[in-house]
Amino acid sequence: MSSEQIKRVPATPDGGAETIVGRGNRDGNQLFREWYKELTTAPERGEKAAYVFVMGSLAELLRSFDLHTVFPEINGLQTAVRHASESYIADAEDYGYASDVCGYVKADVGLQMRGGDHPMGRIPPPAIAVYTNACNTYIKWAEIWERMYHVPIFTLDVPGSRMEGKRTWKGDADFDNDRRYVEGQVKELIGVLEGVTGKKFDIDKLRDHMGYANRMSVGFKRVVEVNKAVPALYNGVTDGTVYLGVANGFRGREEGAKYFEDLVEELEYKAANGIGTLHEEKYRLVFVGVPCYPIFRRFGEMFSKWGGEFVGSSYLWFASGGMNTGFEYDLDNPLESLAEGVLVTVRNAMDSMFYSDKMLVDMVEPYGIDGVVYHSIKSCRTVSTGLADNRLAVMKDADVGTLLLESDHMDSRVVSEAQLKNRVDAFFEGLATRKLIAERAS
Amino acid sequence: MSYAAGVDVGSTQTKAIIIDEDRRIVGRALIDTGANVTIAAEHAYEVALRDGDIHEEKEAVGFIVGTGYGRYKVTFGDTQTTEISCHGRGAVHMFPATRTVLDMGGQDTKAIKVNPNGEILDFSMNDKCAAGTGRFLGAASTALEIPLDELGPTSLRSERPVKISTTCTVFAESEILSWLGKGKKVEDILFGVHQSVAGRAIGLLRRVGIEQDVAFTGGVARNIGMVKALEELLGFPIYVSEESHFMGALGAALFAMDHVKSRQAPSKLMGVTA
Repeated sequence: MSSEQIKRVPATPDGGAETIVGRGNRDGNQLFREWYKELTTAPERGEKAAYVFVMGSLAELLRSFDLHTVFPEINGLQTAVRHASESYIADAEDYGYASDVCGYVKADVGLQMRGGDHPMGRIPPPAIAVYTNACNTYIKWAEIWERMYHVPIFTLDVPGSRMEGKRTWKGDADFDNDRRYVEGQVKELIGVLEGVTGKKFDIDKLRDHMGYANRMSVGFKRVVEVNKAVPALYNGVTDGTVYLGVANGFRGREEGAKYFEDLVEELEYKAANGIGTLHEEKYRLVFVGVPCYPIFRRFGEMFSKWGGEFVGSSYLWFASGGMNTGFEYDLDNPLESLAEGVLVTVRNAMDSMFYSDKMLVDMVEPYGIDGVVYHSIKSCRTVSTGLADNRLAVMKDADVGTLLLESDHMDSRVVSEAQLKNRVDAFFEGLATRKLIAERAS
Repeated sequence: MSYAAGVDVGSTQTKAIIIDEDRRIVGRALIDTGANVTIAAEHAYEVALRDGDIHEEKEAVGFIVGTGYGRYKVTFGDTQTTEISCHGRGAVHMFPATRTVLDMGGQDTKAIKVNPNGEILDFSMNDKCAAGTGRFLGAASTALEIPLDELGPTSLRSERPVKISTTCTVFAESEILSWLGKGKKVEDILFGVHQSVAGRAIGLLRRVGIEQDVAFTGGVARNIGMVKALEELLGFPIYVSEESHFMGALGAALFAMDHVKSRQAPSKLMGVTA
């Protein structure tokens, strides 16, 4: 199904905007609460959970075995947004984890030490952990659960791009080899899942979940694209994080598919009616990296008070597991296509971290970008290494202002608001200068 | 005659500058910031007015811009601008050929790329670490029991500077003491400290690209040992003004004078509070 085929219905019975504008955030938050409620009550129903990650969750396959998906990264950021991450991290550090270990990992270790007690509910223990090599920490992280719970863990090794701009595609010999390599691992995983769940693999059930993922994928791609509108229809960091939560938590589910179809409808309605976000838009920005969750709201305000709007974000690329590609499975060949989808989307997620400079430059004109904001985070070298070079590369190829901030996504001890604000203010003074220079030139 | 003022509230010292319509400095003040930032700003402003002998005609000061970390505490000011913009503007005013500014203060070091109007094109700052800032020199001053203003002249006597390997301001003291224990001369240790700080600062400059000419501003610019260390590493001379310490306040005063002269709405000008 293409984005043009998404069903359109009036926003309200009388076609008005009263309920459609803001629906995405309302419904997203509601779905989020329901998801955590499901996780909390899953053990009571005898249901099992798989621990997975945002870059290659294989949710479609796991759901076909009736497994819940738990995303420790999302659990972690939720503790930070609720100003609770410090105590979880402290528990892990008291246990012996070093200060420079990933904040997500330490928040999760703290969570496990508390029996899954989380501000959003109670997180069930894993029956299995399934993860890709998109983040090197995933592998060591899963080994912690293996030692804690004595459960199987499964690494899906996904070949990445050999170099920037050198992706292979279906029909290329290298791509077909890579796809077969992934498909072999998927088949092996199916056997492991049958053992963990005691259920036989049902290819028709997998096909159903892949169909829902297709609808979500089409919608997600459209959501990213539609923010070329002026004024921007949503903030790619604050609103975008809500969208990402649903994209991950409800991937391969009908609710998730419908959510994104509704979201596209809302955003297209806003675009058609010139409805942007609530504040004045003076500068259109792209965010690169992981948000500063310990001061999530205030971080956004540092930009919005100057009229800065994040119209896009590399986070929407890699933290969606590459859903921004709009990849659609071939439901007539589920296993082969699942492997292809994993290869394409996980590779895209990795490229969004490691080779994003060209992607960012390509955004400048269609999205009307004035500036690029890089957020380097202390405890994640995977997403932060290379950002300084990336900034220089983008400045070489695009006439935009840039800003490199350094703090953390989880650990408030290394988030200095005064330092951040000083840099953000100077960044906007520089953007104002750029506009003045452009006006003089014209 | 109309005047304009800039008040730069830094982490250790507060500076104020008053300029006249010809953008000449007529009054200046330099005081320790202390614990009460607002009082420090008010005090510095009063001292600068008296220094310019215009304290009887305060109303002639048409616009006041606050800058520095404490800029929002300049409650009597009309607007605020970051010290990054102000140092760029001040440096180009002093040295028009300046294209890169290195501002080294008590806690921050900033590399700033500017255009011929002194407007920011790019900047980079130290983050989460005071290595490469004046605070590193402060640690050396404490460890060696040498006053800050004697660090530079003492370091110039060095013939065989030691290599300071730590990048941590806190651990610098113990490394300095270990060199003393090995019998190294104070001046050799000190110039090693200056080279260490200069090396970090040049790393920041490289982030924005080192385009000549380079101006050195901020309180540490008064340290001739640091000037020498920077020039040796860069391989060319850099601008240093007698007013380097006041460059942020001067830039703020220049922005303030823009407002006085243009009578434009503030939103048309640089340095406007969001």
